[in-house]
Amino acid sequence: MLTKRIIPCLDVIRGRVTKGVRFQHNVDLGDPVEMAIGYSNGGADELVFYDITASAEHRPIDIGMVEAVARSVRIPFAVGGGISSLADMERVVLAGAEKVSVNSLAVRDPGIIREGSKAFGAQCIVLGMDPVGTDDPSFPSGYEVTVRGFRERTGLDAVEWAKRAVDLGAGEIVVNSVDADGTRNGFELRLTRLIAEAVGVPVVASGGAGTPRHVADAFTEGRADAAIVAGMIHTGEWTIGEIKSFLSDAGIPVRRTW
Amino acid sequence: MLTIIDYKAGNLTSVKLAFAALGVETRVTDDPAEIRAADRLVFPGVGAAASAMSNLRNAGLVDTLKAVTSSGTPFLGICLGMQILFDHTEEDGGTDTLGILPGQVRRFPDVPGCKIPHIGWNQVNDREEYYFVHSYYVEMNPFAEGTTEYAGVRFASLVRRGNILASQFHPEKSGRIGLKMLSDFLSWNP
Repeated sequence: MLTKRIIPCLDVIRGRVTKGVRFQHNVDLGDPVEMAIGYSNGGADELVFYDITASAEHRPIDIGMVEAVARSVRIPFAVGGGISSLADMERVVLAGAEKVSVNSLAVRDPGIIREGSKAFGAQCIVLGMDPVGTDDPSFPSGYEVTVRGFRERTGLDAVEWAKRAVDLGAGEIVVNSVDADGTRNGFELRLTRLIAEAVGVPVVASGGAGTPRHVADAFTEGRADAAIVAGMIHTGEWTIGEIKSFLSDAGIPVRRTW
Repeated sequence: MLTIIDYKAGNLTSVKLAFAALGVETRVTDDPAEIRAADRLVFPGVGAAASAMSNLRNAGLVDTLKAVTSSGTPFLGICLGMQILFDHTEEDGGTDTLGILPGQVRRFPDVPGCKIPHIGWNQVNDREEYYFVHSYYVEMNPFAEGTTEYAGVRFASLVRRGNILASQFHPEKSGRIGLKMLSDFLSWNP
């Protein structure tokens, strides 16, 4: 049986993993490669790295870090942030990343999804989206996509954008709730489920995981195929093994040997 | 020397790095003579079947592959490198492939709740999980040593015939258990 994936998210600023709430109050958590090895040995099914200030600072992604991670772990990982062209995607893929995550770039230039998918396969192109809840009736799903660290609204309805990205060739969608991000109060399940039921590609729940119960809810109520965890494991409060034990006891299939 | 066949179907970095983690040097080549002279061969592949087949033809590798797979040289196909060993795939409107192994490759059916691609860690023979990423699968066949279930289909996820070993999953991305399979391949004497 296909298992549900637990994906630690490592936000990287200038070579260090950091954690903040809604992109603010960032604290240093450690070296990305050491943390990648630790989580891989601890049962992570996949990893995701976001070079979170690369775009804002107009820096290219840190390829040296991608290469070092690829040498050090034998599980798949995705890289996002600082991707501004097909050439950037290629550098990340050739450095050993399994997947490239595009977010603001795809909103600005949706054609990049098609180009990336054609060049590297749909499985390689992950659409990251940061929807925020809205009462505005011009957004039928009730969620509008934001970009640039939630600072900018796009006028795109979250469900419509997800469907369009899949039509263009995205092989997976990471749904990161702006409202839940960093709160550790649980994923925004309604949003996760809306997207998961609207598209035929895997959906990754992101933002808000604080307890193993939250992660279980993302898979059951949220219908997600994978869940991103960050703060709850970075602080040492929970291990991936503990989360997986909880999920397994709840009847959710997870990978138990690694 | 352990030789990775390069036919411009996807990225070889992970395969190279996995063997490097085992302390093994690899050579990457599309040269038919080097491929025929190799001690062991790895045939990876990600992407679309039709362009992979056209790349193989353009590089003059179709006959080379038929020769080495019947020569006794230990040969490991991975993902698309497994699928195109068979006769035919539904991909790209139907594509004839190498026909080295008899069998068909089909697309997963659209089943509510089952996403395509099949991405993630799935069990082989209802035991350990390996990492899969694919939309097409090899039908059950007499050489299936490992089988996996997805979208209501049980398919061949590991096949072995003579000197040919081939997996739908990615051993190079399957953690410790995947490295163990690659390590076993290095000492395999079919």
